[in-house]
Amino acid sequence: MNDLQVTDPTVQTRALKISARQVDVFYGDTHAIRKVDVDIADKTVTAFIGPSGCGKSTFLRCLNRMNDTIDTARVAGKIRLDGEDIYDPRVDPVQLRARVGIVFQKPNPFPKSIYDNVAYGPRIHGLARDKAALGGIVEKSLRRAALWDEVKDRLGAPGTSLSGGQQQRLCIARAVATSPEVLLMDEPCSALDPIATAQVEELIDELRRRYSVVIVTHSMQQAARVSQNTAVFHLGELVEFGETGQIFTNPNDPRTENYITGRIG
Amino acid sequence: MTDATAARPTPSLLAQDNRTRHRNRAEVRFRAFGMAAMGTGVLALAVLLASVVSNGLGAFRQTFITFPVVLSQERLDPDGHRDPAAMARVTTFGYAPLIGRAFADHVAALGIETGLGPRAMAAMLSEEAPGQLRTAVLANPQLVGETITLDVLASGRIDGYFKGRVTLESAERDRNVSPEQLRLAETLAQAGVLTTRFNQNFITAPDASGQRPEAAGLGVAILGSFYMMLVVLVLTLPIGVAASIYLEEFAPKNRFTDLIEVNISNLAAVPSIVFGILGLAIFINFAGLPQSAPIVGGLVLTLMTLPTIIIATRASLRAVPPSIRSAALGLGASRMQSVFHHVLPLAAPGILTGTIIGLAQALGETAPLLLVGMVAFVREYPAPLPAGLFDPASALPVQVYNWTQRSDPAFVERASGAIIVLLVVLIFMNALAVLLRRRFERRW
Amino acid sequence: MPLSWLLASVVLLGASGYVAGRRRALAGVGGKCWLLHSLPHYYGANVAIFTIVPALMVLAVWLLVQPLVLERQVAPMITGAAFQDADARSLAMTDMRRVARGLDVAVRQGALTKEQARSNQTEFTDIRARLGRAGVAPGGAVTPEVLRAAQRYRRLEATGSILMTAAVLGLAALGLAYACFTRTRREFRARNAVERAVLALLILASAIAILTTVGIVLSMLFETFNFFELYPWHAFFFGLEWRPRFEGGSELGLLPLLWGTLYISFIALLVAVPIGLFAAIYMAEYAGHRLRAVAKPLIEILAGIPTVVYGLFALVTVGPILRDYFAEPLGLGSSSSSVMTAGIVMGLMLIPFVSSLSDDIINAVPQSLRDGSYGLGATQSETIKQVILPAALPGIVGAVLLAASRAIGETMIVVLGAGAGAALSLNPFEAMTTVTVKIVGQLTGDTDFSSPEALVAFALGLTLFVITLGLNVLALYIVRKYREQYE
Repeated sequence: MNDLQVTDPTVQTRALKISARQVDVFYGDTHAIRKVDVDIADKTVTAFIGPSGCGKSTFLRCLNRMNDTIDTARVAGKIRLDGEDIYDPRVDPVQLRARVGIVFQKPNPFPKSIYDNVAYGPRIHGLARDKAALGGIVEKSLRRAALWDEVKDRLGAPGTSLSGGQQQRLCIARAVATSPEVLLMDEPCSALDPIATAQVEELIDELRRRYSVVIVTHSMQQAARVSQNTAVFHLGELVEFGETGQIFTNPNDPRTENYITGRIG
Repeated sequence: MTDATAARPTPSLLAQDNRTRHRNRAEVRFRAFGMAAMGTGVLALAVLLASVVSNGLGAFRQTFITFPVVLSQERLDPDGHRDPAAMARVTTFGYAPLIGRAFADHVAALGIETGLGPRAMAAMLSEEAPGQLRTAVLANPQLVGETITLDVLASGRIDGYFKGRVTLESAERDRNVSPEQLRLAETLAQAGVLTTRFNQNFITAPDASGQRPEAAGLGVAILGSFYMMLVVLVLTLPIGVAASIYLEEFAPKNRFTDLIEVNISNLAAVPSIVFGILGLAIFINFAGLPQSAPIVGGLVLTLMTLPTIIIATRASLRAVPPSIRSAALGLGASRMQSVFHHVLPLAAPGILTGTIIGLAQALGETAPLLLVGMVAFVREYPAPLPAGLFDPASALPVQVYNWTQRSDPAFVERASGAIIVLLVVLIFMNALAVLLRRRFERRW
Repeated sequence: MPLSWLLASVVLLGASGYVAGRRRALAGVGGKCWLLHSLPHYYGANVAIFTIVPALMVLAVWLLVQPLVLERQVAPMITGAAFQDADARSLAMTDMRRVARGLDVAVRQGALTKEQARSNQTEFTDIRARLGRAGVAPGGAVTPEVLRAAQRYRRLEATGSILMTAAVLGLAALGLAYACFTRTRREFRARNAVERAVLALLILASAIAILTTVGIVLSMLFETFNFFELYPWHAFFFGLEWRPRFEGGSELGLLPLLWGTLYISFIALLVAVPIGLFAAIYMAEYAGHRLRAVAKPLIEILAGIPTVVYGLFALVTVGPILRDYFAEPLGLGSSSSSVMTAGIVMGLMLIPFVSSLSDDIINAVPQSLRDGSYGLGATQSETIKQVILPAALPGIVGAVLLAASRAIGETMIVVLGAGAGAALSLNPFEAMTTVTVKIVGQLTGDTDFSSPEALVAFALGLTLFVITLGLNVLALYIVRKYREQYE
């Protein structure tokens, strides 16, 4: 299998979902992200790649204001979701995060039942009118996360009792349950074994039909397998952004080439 | 796509929807509860301290009356030999009239008109005064026949008048004091005969009986507490450190050490009064040690403090990185040598801090001491160490309890004053512990 | 020889043993200490240990055993007609001991000559008066039998003491000689021997924790058995009345005391748990660095304040306020000491206890769970209520149980704030009393340890110990399990 094979060579231009312009992020005195411009299209998988510590996760967390929970973090620049600045003082991050969901590196199911894990988002956002509707959302989300068949008989079991791959899919189901428009994934497969990784990757491809997916990954192969667009980060700067096929086969920037060929990493 | 997601119209991020507004209000409410709870805690501390300080500061000031007394020979030394043994036959009852008369004469000499009889005037002076004068005269028999200026305590009620505890109205209803006496006191204060000033006797004097709150002091209690703390320090530090070293550095993982571990954490949570029962049954009834003695109180507090010190010591031993032990072992030191030469000195600041905090805890402990007889009324100072360990004594917190059990409201002031002394010592100890920690804290 | 002299001699022997051992070890290798297995001072210490330890062990055992043996010796002398039953006999033995001690004191003070103290002709009326002058008061009249027994006791004691001195000093010397001459050789592993001794000392020190527990349990168990011989156990455990009377016929029911204890503890927890928990949540999740640095130590000061201070606070401040502004206007009572007074003040005392334990526990909840919740668009309070608290629940339950155990065993606040009359009532403004108050009440002042009114305190103490022990064990187990979950 050719690792650099690109899944969807014909990327259609799709509607713009998120646009980031001149974004800077500071942690205290550290300048973590410098002047990044990225456009994220709807119904597309966009991959952020780059060596560790290059700021790709930090930038991802800016997209749904997860950095707000860190006291010392400060974000400058403009990030627009459907044309609205998400860092506008009138924006409530709670509402934003309902529309831009996130899945983390390490599966972090709540110490609750599988059902309650998935129902958590719909409950707090009031998405279900009654019990039956909630049950429906839970089932639909678990199906979308390709977990339904494995857990449908034990929805009351604690989420922590699942295997690692299942836990991560549960977290995806949990994120999907709030009906987001964008799904951010922060190295969702790095804690998983190859089989679970394959399942999750398959799932990401599936999710692309409904959501705009942004995935941070360490592995270029994974980026190549699942994404249509790729952004390459290096030392807090965006080195190159473009179609995945083009980035991998014909990079413009020497640093991209170095990274892809394994000289930086 | 017939999907709920797609069907939902995308609302603007810039406007909060109703649900979000509602949720945010709940958020604010929740936050306010948290703030209120924290505020309540801090407020409770403030009110507690304010109550103690406002009730207790008065104990450090006392009202004195100053007037000349003629120490007549015929009353105090009928034989005229100035022999202290013979003079000791004159009891305090012989001195009291002398003082009373001198006070009345002085008031008359000042030209103050008062409707009070000599007896009522004498009642304005502390009942402690004759005893104090007698002690002074017996110590220095040459005073007899001279005129000396006497500085005596005013009675508790008169003192209370100048501290706002007693008013003219309350005096109407009080058998122990009359408004006339208070008015006279007021006049005397203007004349400079009666003054309210700092009273060191509160710290140094022994306790006094229930009728003489003005004379009651903390001397015996402070000494008793000090003796007990010495016992606790001398016993807990070596035993606690030895036990911790064993448990942390040498103990194998087995049933016995498990039992000790569980035991120590449980002992730390056993009610203090249970230790008092232990002390009463073992140290007093079984071993036959004397009641009210600092040695017994100290032993009981030692057993109570040991778990605290062991827990603190183990924590600081654990904080010494294993690399230090390996380095010593690598040079051919035995395990014992590596612990005593390297680990223990490095853990010493932490152990010291834990010990001070343990001592502070022991110093404030009251309940177990009640059971080993520290409540007794003790007026004699215990002897110097080490014999004093077996003499009856009181303890600071027990003295507080003792005073709260007396009927005269002046003792509330005394008890609060004693607490101020206790708290000052505790603050000092804790500050020392914090200082030590800051100064010697090491990060590996 | 007095005991202190004997001790000093043993220590002196030990010190000279140290010097001798060290010197002999060095002499054995001609001063080339690198030829020795251990450093020279280890050889010295080895000798000192051999000198001191066996001697002191024998001394301790002797001191424990001698009185028992001697009493058995003299006991037959006072089994006259007057001492038929066991009580009278044990009383007479106590008297005998007291007379014997009194004779010692009298001789020391010169009130009696040594010969007079021994002579059989000493008039007993006289002896009582003389003992009184020497500051010793025998319980009853000194009967001739008791006096004879006491005199024999003293004679035996004097002999015993000589024997003991000889045995102890002899053993010390023997130990010194043995260790110095047979165990101070070049190849002898002195360091290992000394370290084994030190290790034994360390083990002994850690066993004190166990001894304390054993002491607690035994001291209360024995007296509790004595109590149940005088008073039926079912009447104690199920009695609804607490009315001790000096003249006998007391009713000593546990239930009213237990009710008071639990009621006050309940109110205390009602105050402490919400305030402590919310304060912990605020400090762990909301407060900024600076606020936390100020508020946390401030609240923890509350934990360092002695309980007697809270007691006084209850007595002079909280009690009167509750009475004047709540109890009396509501017609619920006119007592300033009440369940409410003690409960509220105890609650204040427990706030830092609950808050610092909960703070630790909340901080132990992994950040990833918070991130997961925020990532789904939950607000901070929703995250706390629906994710953090459920995750921390076992730990918090443990903390509350520990606080409950504290509340049940707390003494000074209830002694000063709750009252002394036992009552089975629901009115929180009524004065009630607790187990701990009654332990203090029954055991302070002059107590006669053969009456059920005094002995009941030990039964109360045991009950208290068992309840708090149960709560502690449960709480510590829960907290430990909780910690393991996130490690």
